[in-house]
Amino acid sequence: MQNRVVVTGMGVVSPNAIGLADFTQALREGRSGIRFIPRLEELKFACQIGGIPRNFDEVCGDYFNNHRQQSFLSETIRYAAAASVDAWKDAGLAVPGDEDPPDWDSGTVFGCGISDMEVIATEVVPTVNAGKVRRLGTRVVERVMGSGTSARIGGLLGLGNQVTSNSSACSTGSEAVVEAVRKIRSGLAKRMVAGGAEGASPYTWSGFDSMRVLARKFNETPEKGSRPMSATANGFVPGAGAAAMLLEDLDTALDRGARIYAEVTGVMANSGGHRNGGSMTAPNPEGVQRCIRGAMADAGIDTEEIDAINGHLTATFADPHEVKNWAAALEVQPDQLPWINSTKSMIGHCLGAAGAIETVAAVLELEQEFLHPSINCEDLHPELEAFADRVVREYKQAPAVKTMAKACFGFGDVNSCLILRKWEGQ
Amino acid sequence: MDKEQIFNEVVGIIKDYVKDPSRLENVNMETSILEDLKVNSARLVDIIIAFEDTFDVEIEDDDADNIRTIGDAVNYIAGKVGTDQAVK
Repeated sequence: MQNRVVVTGMGVVSPNAIGLADFTQALREGRSGIRFIPRLEELKFACQIGGIPRNFDEVCGDYFNNHRQQSFLSETIRYAAAASVDAWKDAGLAVPGDEDPPDWDSGTVFGCGISDMEVIATEVVPTVNAGKVRRLGTRVVERVMGSGTSARIGGLLGLGNQVTSNSSACSTGSEAVVEAVRKIRSGLAKRMVAGGAEGASPYTWSGFDSMRVLARKFNETPEKGSRPMSATANGFVPGAGAAAMLLEDLDTALDRGARIYAEVTGVMANSGGHRNGGSMTAPNPEGVQRCIRGAMADAGIDTEEIDAINGHLTATFADPHEVKNWAAALEVQPDQLPWINSTKSMIGHCLGAAGAIETVAAVLELEQEFLHPSINCEDLHPELEAFADRVVREYKQAPAVKTMAKACFGFGDVNSCLILRKWEGQ
Repeated sequence: MDKEQIFNEVVGIIKDYVKDPSRLENVNMETSILEDLKVNSARLVDIIIAFEDTFDVEIEDDDADNIRTIGDAVNYIAGKVGTDQAVK
């Protein structure tokens, strides 16, 4: 029999709030974290808006010893580290000192989508091209390596179990949860910090802007720019941040009397293989549906037990396809679809952090019995009219919502899905 | 710039690489950067680069390898900045 896995701690650095308390409030309010970004205007981006955590520098002193230590870190890693330390503390665990031994039972799976392009673009490339490679110093590799986030978290928390980073584009954050859950289920770890992070950089976002997949018509009205499921959606708004969840073996959590937010009852990750309409940039609908059904089968539940969906829903042309895929996977008519909302409507698309931040949102909704509004879809996409009553467009008290599905779909035709169950005792 | 000033600058640069601030309490010319201050040896490169920027000197890799104590650094830099600047 495999171990059950529960969420006992969370931390979040989001464009619309930093920290769990304010993030919960932001979700309830439908608070947008999207702002005009002058640097994008200077660089002649078509999309000049984005979601960047605000006043993050001011809280950094709580996590890192001194200014120079902070300057050693990339923005991606600073977000990841702050969210992870918060999740660890939120779980009631003490942050170990330098002399404490490693915790051999705890590890991390923590990813990012595109490493730290800001460091590469502003330090590595100019310095190397100027023939000054010896002046790069020792801090480049650890800031741009694919495992930079997990490596730093491992040191801050003294993790002695597996410390690794995953990357599956926009599926990264939720895929990290999938991998961490499997690790705990199999008995190879008792606790795993799972999450994702993404720094804010024009160099990261430039490729998307050039692909014409970013919102370009809302530079004057940034908070209206991220419009999942809207008729006037015309691309996603890039975002940045991080979130972490402390996933824990149920017995271990109960033994230490930990507060439990939710149980992760089902997980699935797969790919559509770039077939049947799937490609580097589009999902094979069969792959999406198999992923959702796979997670449900893993949880041992049927359609009627899913009360709400936190979708991937980015505000591109793909939103109607996604909603229809959910209905097909669940084998329900449009008016029978569980409630569905998009956290991206408030925070934009945080790429490698998206799945992590949005899963934290879903867990908070379950625990505190509400569904957050999916803002900016007052003009629902015409292909979604049949689903109109199922889209959460206003804050909703939701004590009956016990089980939520969360999915993410990424470039590369990759998918991940989680089934989250409100914790009400065994 | 006299040696005392150089000493203070050198310690100011190195202190950010010292995890345990108490190790800096009795720092002197004989203090070993790695053994006494427990600076991560991988970071010596960054300290050398900071010396170069602060004192406007170039430090060859072979010379850098010989800097083990605060005094080694202070004396080496004092030699590099030249007699005109060595005495205030």
